[in-house]
Amino acid sequence: MPAMLRKLAQRLGILQHSFAGGVHPEMYKVTAARPVEVAAIAPIHILPMKQHIGEACSPLVKVGDRVLRGQKIAKSEGYLSVPVHAPTSGRVVRIEEHAIPHPSGMGLPCIFIESDGDDESDTTLEPLTNWRELNPAILRERARMCGLAGLGGAVFPTFIKLVQDKRFPIETVILNGIECEPWLTNDHRLMLEKPHDILTGMAIVMHMVGAKSGIIAIEDNKPDAAESMRRALAEASEMQGVHVVVLPTRYPQGSEKQLIYSLTGKEVEAGRLPMHIGVLCQNVGTSKALFEAVVQARPLTERLVTVSGDAVENPATLSVRLGTPVRSLFASRGLDDLTGLHLLHGGPMMGERLKSVDVPVVKSTTGLLAMRTETMMLAHTEEQPCIRCGHCSEACPVHLVPNLLADACRSDQFDRAENYQLFDCIECGSCSYVCPANIPLVHYFRYGKGQIAQTRREQVFAEASRKRSEARERRIEAEKTEKAARRSRVRRDHAPAKPVESAEPENNDATQEKS
Amino acid sequence: MTEIALILLSAVLVNNYVLTKFLGICPFLGTSGKVETAVGMSFAVMFVMTLASTASWLVQEYLLVPLDLEYLQTIFFILIIASLVQFIEMMIHKTSPVLYQGLGIFLPLITTNCAVLGVAILNVQQEQTFLTSALYGFGAALGFALVLILFSGIRERIEIAPVPELFKGSPLALITAGMMSLAFMGFSGLVKI
Amino acid sequence: MTQLLYALLSLGAFALVAGIVLAVAQKVFHVEGDPMVEKIDNLLPQTQCGQCGYPGCKPYAEAVSGGVADVNHCVPGGERTMLAIADLMGVEPKDLEAEATAPMIAFVREDECIGCTLCIKACPVDAIIGAPKQYHTVISDHCTGCTLCIEPCPVDCIDMLMKPELIEHWSWPLPDTQRARLGHDRRETHAGHA
Repeated sequence: MPAMLRKLAQRLGILQHSFAGGVHPEMYKVTAARPVEVAAIAPIHILPMKQHIGEACSPLVKVGDRVLRGQKIAKSEGYLSVPVHAPTSGRVVRIEEHAIPHPSGMGLPCIFIESDGDDESDTTLEPLTNWRELNPAILRERARMCGLAGLGGAVFPTFIKLVQDKRFPIETVILNGIECEPWLTNDHRLMLEKPHDILTGMAIVMHMVGAKSGIIAIEDNKPDAAESMRRALAEASEMQGVHVVVLPTRYPQGSEKQLIYSLTGKEVEAGRLPMHIGVLCQNVGTSKALFEAVVQARPLTERLVTVSGDAVENPATLSVRLGTPVRSLFASRGLDDLTGLHLLHGGPMMGERLKSVDVPVVKSTTGLLAMRTETMMLAHTEEQPCIRCGHCSEACPVHLVPNLLADACRSDQFDRAENYQLFDCIECGSCSYVCPANIPLVHYFRYGKGQIAQTRREQVFAEASRKRSEARERRIEAEKTEKAARRSRVRRDHAPAKPVESAEPENNDATQEKS
Repeated sequence: MTEIALILLSAVLVNNYVLTKFLGICPFLGTSGKVETAVGMSFAVMFVMTLASTASWLVQEYLLVPLDLEYLQTIFFILIIASLVQFIEMMIHKTSPVLYQGLGIFLPLITTNCAVLGVAILNVQQEQTFLTSALYGFGAALGFALVLILFSGIRERIEIAPVPELFKGSPLALITAGMMSLAFMGFSGLVKI
Repeated sequence: MTQLLYALLSLGAFALVAGIVLAVAQKVFHVEGDPMVEKIDNLLPQTQCGQCGYPGCKPYAEAVSGGVADVNHCVPGGERTMLAIADLMGVEPKDLEAEATAPMIAFVREDECIGCTLCIKACPVDAIIGAPKQYHTVISDHCTGCTLCIEPCPVDCIDMLMKPELIEHWSWPLPDTQRARLGHDRRETHAGHA
C-alpha cells in the first residue's frame, strides 16, 4: 500500500526522490537521430587478455590457428573473470603485449587476429530458446562463458550479479537506459532499434534472479526512446510488472547508486551492493547482449560505440567488432589526421584521454570522441586557488566535500582523505565540471586512491615478508637447539664407553656442523 | 545552580585562561599541531587542573593557614602539581604510547604550565569555597581544552591550505591565536562577576 | 623557631605522601618493554635488507624507538616511511640518506648456478628455493629486493632486475599543475601513513 501511495505521489509530482547534487552539462547528442551503422570488419583485430574488472585471461590459441567468430580464444583465470572470444573468423598472427585503452598508456598481452573476410561463425553453442524452463544456473553459466561484462562502461562481469541469494532476494530489476554522459548515444539508439531484444534480455534477467517487478529508466531528453520501450512493453504480454519511468535529465543519473535512489528512494550504503536492498541494475546494452548470448547463442563479440566529437565531420553510432583498432574507426568517419586533437575513450565527463590511437575497441569502449583542443570543456592547465565557493560540495552526488578532499590528497594526507570518505567518490567529474577555479578535483582523488592502494599493497607485502622472516628465524633457532640437543646426547651416549674414543664423535659433530 | 553555571561560563568563555588571561600559551602553541594530540593534552590538563585546584585549596585551608605558612604557598602548590603531572604521565605512557610520544616534552611541562598554578593561586586570592574552587579549576581546564581543540582544528586546515611561504607554520599560528583572542573578547560582556 | 620546624615538617611530610603515591602509581602503570617498537616495525617495509645498519627491520625499529637511531635510515621505505615514522615519533622529518631506488627483484641465471645453497641461506625472507647441486630460483612474488643474496654467490650468477610494472598496480600521478606541485612539496608534517 505505501508503495502505491508513493507511486501516486510521484505521479502527481508531490514526492520525488532525487539524488543529491549533479550537474547539467550540454548534451551534444548529435548522433541521436542517426541509425546505427555497422562498421566494416577491420583487417586486423587486437584482443587484450583483460577487458573486464577482475583477473586476466590466458590464451587458448596459438599463432597460426584459424579461429571462427564467437570462438573462445582465452579462458578466464579465477572467479571474477570472463573469457574472450574471436570477433570474426581468421588466423591468429601474433600474441604479444600491446597498448590498450588505459590512462597509463601501458599494455597487456593481446591476441592479434587477421580477418579472412569470411566472417564465419562458430556454431557449437546451442541457442537456449526455452530459457523460461531452464534453471537459472545454466543461464548464468551461459552469461559467463559468452564473456558478458557491463557494457555501460564499468565492465563488471555480468554473471556475478545474476544470482539468487536467499538472504538478499532481488525484488526489482532496473534497466539503465539513462546514458547521462554527453555525446554518447549507444543506449538511445539501441532502445529505438532493438526494444524487443532488450526486453527479452530483461525478462531473462528477471527469470534468473526471480524478480517480479522491473523498471526501465530513461531520462526525459530521450522521449522517443521511452515511447519505443513503452510500445514494445505493450506488445510483450508476459511482462506485467515492468514499467517505463522517465526521469528529469541530470548528470550522473546513470550511476548505479544514484539511479536506484532516484527510482526507489532507497539508498545503497557505502560498501554495500544494490542486491542488499533487493535491486539489480543492468545496462540496456548488457541486456541486449544477454538476449543474444542466450537466445541466439552469440558470445559478446561486438558492441555499440559512439564515434563523435566536434572534430568528427561525420559522427555516428557504430556497431563495432571488439578488437577493431581505434584508428580505423576514426578513419571510417573521415578523420584521418588526428594531430592536435584530444581523443577521449568514453564520455567527456568520466572518459579518459587516449594516449595512442593504436589501441583496440574493448568491452568498456562506450564512445570515442575526437575533440578540438580549444573546445575541451575543461583544459585543466591553469589551476587556480580554491575560493571556497562550495559549488563542488553542492554538485557532489555522494555528499562529499571535494575541495577539502583535494587539499588532503594534494598534500599526501591520505588518512585524512579516507576520513573524508575518499573511497565513496564515484569519480563522476561533477565537481571538476563546476569548479570555477579549474581545480582538477577528480584527478586529485584518483591520485589519492592510487597512492592509498599502493600503500596497502606494500603493507600486505611487508606483512607477508615479516611472517616469512620470523618463520625463518624460528626455524634457525629450532635447528640450533636441535643440534645442541643432539650433540649433548651424542656426548652422553659415547662418553662412558671409552674415554679414548670420546673425541671421535665430537669430531663427527664438528664436521656435521660445517656441512 | 545559577552560580555554578555562571562560574563555569565565566571560566570557560569570559575569563578564558588562554585567550583572555594569556596563561598556558606554551602548550597551546606546542601541542595544537594535530587534533588527536590536542585532545590528549586537553584531558591531561583537565585532570591536573581540577585536582590541583581542589588539592591546593585543601592544603591552603587546612595546612598553610592554621600553621601560618602562607609564604610557602608556591612551593606547596608546585609540589602538588608536579606529583599530579608525574601521575598522569605514567598513566598516559601505559594507556596510550602514541599519545605519549605525540605530547613529548609538553606532558612533563604541564608542571610549569602557568595556567595550572594560576588557577590554584587565583582561587586562594579570591577566597573561593571548596566547591567553587573545584568548579573554577574544572571550568578553566574546560576553557583551555575548548580553545586548544578549536585551535588545533584550525591549524590542521591551515596546514593543507596553500598559504604564502612567509606565513607558513608559527607566524600564521600566532596570527590565528590573536584572531581567536579577539573573538573571545566578545564574551567579555556576557556575565558580570 | 617553631615556625621553621612546622614549615620543614609539613613540607617534608607532604613530599613523603606525594612520593609514596607516585611509587604506587609507578608499580600500577608499569610498562613492559616498549610498545612503540611494534608500531614502528609495522611501518617498515620488512625487506630485512640491513641498509639501515641494523641486522633487520625489528632491530632498527628498536633503535629508533630507543632514540639511538634517526628516522631517516630506511632506504627501501623511502620518504613515505620516513615521514610516517617521524610523525609517529613526533620528531621533525629529516632528509633521506640515500635515494630509494626503483623496486628490484633478484633473478638467478640458472645455467650458471652451481647449486651451492649459499644464497638460500642468505635470503632473509626464504624467497629462494633449491637444493644442493640443483639450480636455485627466486620466487619473484616473495623477493623483497634486499640484495643480500648477491654477495654470497660464488659464481656471481644473481642479477637484480627491475620489478615488472603491472598495469593493475599503475596509479594516477599528481595533476600536472604548478599548484599541485607546490602544495605537494609543501607538506611537512602529518604526512604519509594511510
